[in-house]
Amino acid sequence: METLLEFLSFSNPNVRYVTAGMVLLGICSGVVGVFTFLRKRALVGDAVAHSVLPGICLAFILSGTKNPVLLLTGAFISGWLSLILIDVITNKSKIPADSAIGLVLSVFFGAGILMLTSIQHSGNAAQSGLDNFLFGSAASLMKNDIITFSVLCFAVMVTVGLFYKEFKLISFDRDFAFATGLPVRWLEILLATLTVLTIAIGIQSVGVVLMAALLITPATAAYYWTNQLPTMLLYASLFGAAAGFSGAFISYTAPGMPTGPWVIVVVSLFAFFSMLAGSKGWLKRVMLLKKNRQKILAENLLKLFYHLGEPENNFLQSRTLHDLQEKRKFQETDLNAGLKFLIKKGWLQKYENGWKLTTPGKSEAQRIVKIHRLWELYLNTYLKIAPDHVHEDAEAIEHIITPEIEARLEKLLQRPEVDPHEKGIPYGS
Amino acid sequence: MNAFWIILTGSLVASLCGILGCYLVLRKMAMVGDAISHSVLPGIVLAYLISGTGASLPMLAGAALLGLLATFLIETFHRSGKLQADAAIGLTFTFLFAVGVIMISLFARNAHIDTDCVLYGELVYVPLDIIVTQSGTELGPKAVWVVGSTLCIVTAIVIFGYRGLFLTTFDPGYAASLGISTAFWHYLLMGMVSVASVVSFESVGAILVVAMLIAPAATAYLLTERFKRMLILSVIIGCSGAVGGYFLAVWLDGSIAAAMTVVLGVQFTLAFLVKGKFFRSVNKTIFSRAAK
Repeated sequence: METLLEFLSFSNPNVRYVTAGMVLLGICSGVVGVFTFLRKRALVGDAVAHSVLPGICLAFILSGTKNPVLLLTGAFISGWLSLILIDVITNKSKIPADSAIGLVLSVFFGAGILMLTSIQHSGNAAQSGLDNFLFGSAASLMKNDIITFSVLCFAVMVTVGLFYKEFKLISFDRDFAFATGLPVRWLEILLATLTVLTIAIGIQSVGVVLMAALLITPATAAYYWTNQLPTMLLYASLFGAAAGFSGAFISYTAPGMPTGPWVIVVVSLFAFFSMLAGSKGWLKRVMLLKKNRQKILAENLLKLFYHLGEPENNFLQSRTLHDLQEKRKFQETDLNAGLKFLIKKGWLQKYENGWKLTTPGKSEAQRIVKIHRLWELYLNTYLKIAPDHVHEDAEAIEHIITPEIEARLEKLLQRPEVDPHEKGIPYGS
Repeated sequence: MNAFWIILTGSLVASLCGILGCYLVLRKMAMVGDAISHSVLPGIVLAYLISGTGASLPMLAGAALLGLLATFLIETFHRSGKLQADAAIGLTFTFLFAVGVIMISLFARNAHIDTDCVLYGELVYVPLDIIVTQSGTELGPKAVWVVGSTLCIVTAIVIFGYRGLFLTTFDPGYAASLGISTAFWHYLLMGMVSVASVVSFESVGAILVVAMLIAPAATAYLLTERFKRMLILSVIIGCSGAVGGYFLAVWLDGSIAAAMTVVLGVQFTLAFLVKGKFFRSVNKTIFSRAAK
């Protein structure tokens, strides 16, 4: 607790820089990452992150100094070149896209390592620290770096703000964007520039591999919470910032712990949690599936009660398990669960030797039977499907049709009396 | 003599990766190979901690396990998590890699792991670690034996399981209708890729092994339409890349493995310019302009 307070007081300027830097970087890459994620180009970010290395080394070889602006320019150019090469290889040969990405990534990286080792062996004293680009060194963030990060963040925000609508369009429906006459190529170049810039700047503090994660993972986590782009952007930047903050905190409390990898571990945990428990996550989907099954089972049971009552026009009579099973075979466990659910809903009542529909239960059963038969008639009249082929389809659709569609069907068929099997269509009194 | 051992090791690694790479490229799983080669890192560290040495059986087992875990996680995120494939790959391998790096910085003092070596290998050290029998005969570098025996096993699997691997690669639906288990061959292949990444990592490193996996196979794919020829070509291209890379590295005084990667890249570029649609499309534009 004390360490947390000490950390939060930010009395140590070093802590201040590291934390601010990681949070800013998390926000930037979160926002940029959402677009690469949505355009299904997540791994291209990985490729660019590896490909900036030869540019950095070449800039150093040519200039002989570690001037950050020059190194950044080199990184930017070779990152861009890798993007172009991936495009050319994919479009102009039979090599699959992912092989092209892997190829460019590894060859560029290899070229970078070759130059780096060559520089190291050359004995140039100025080179020390160049290999920070491999693993990153968040701990050495300085005031100047924070200024760079802030400028980057500002640039990213402004660009995304200005071209929000256009970026949204090319992310979700590129063909439509083309058709509306947008300069799609230019917009893609702009977006790619933002990506390369973020990677080139961020790589110094988190390193090559982990920069890829900062682009991919916050967007992945955000994806499980919303269907709205603005919300996704907000969540992704929040996840990125929170991870950056925790990474800085962890490496503060445990000296010697690398900041970058911890940021990645934290943000990956966010992503795993979101995948499991997010509003679009696995648990939600499983629950929805279960609810759906329960609804279908319950409606099928209600229908069964209605069918049993139909011959004697006595719908409110009590039925035993045996009666039910004789008319339509259910699995024992399903049947019991369904009956229990219907009692809870107030549509069934339990008696000593059976179950009986309540009045609301009866009208619900009537509604389903009505939809079923209306649909059969619709298929028969309008789609000319033989009466003995319409049942299966109606069996599925009866659980889905909304009151609006029900009303339209009724109107279209002019409130018919009987279905194709000459069975009466029940209307509410 | 050192040069011979280094080139031999490089060629063995290139052959091993070249064979497996053909399957990865054709199955459109090149990036899964990339992911596996990053994901074995925690396994390597764990095995180092347990056994204290590299290139031993526990290390192979640990890393192969991690590689399979990565494959499994990618599949699970994609199928059950409904996550798009590229993000599933990226999420998985960066996470496992980060865990590996953290483990290194936690335990680096106990096990002598050189992070640089793990990531981009050092072929120069290969001839230093020599197996000597009790009678004192030198049997050559350990790496040669480890990579060589792995190559033998992989070649045997590829020859005896040729039909299964071939069919599940080109037509999984047909393979399944013949009763061939696609899942079995999938995980077998991924297991082999994991093992190949581990045995290669000491010599070429976890990241450059990706180049060995993808580049020769992609180059061979450009040059031929026949699968058997592609396998052989891929091995030849890989080996020539290893030889060329050695001399490039000596000339530039840099990392040998990285130089091999660069030569592989140059070879691909040549094949691409000669065989790809690139020249043809350039020719076409020139001719159509001339015709006008």
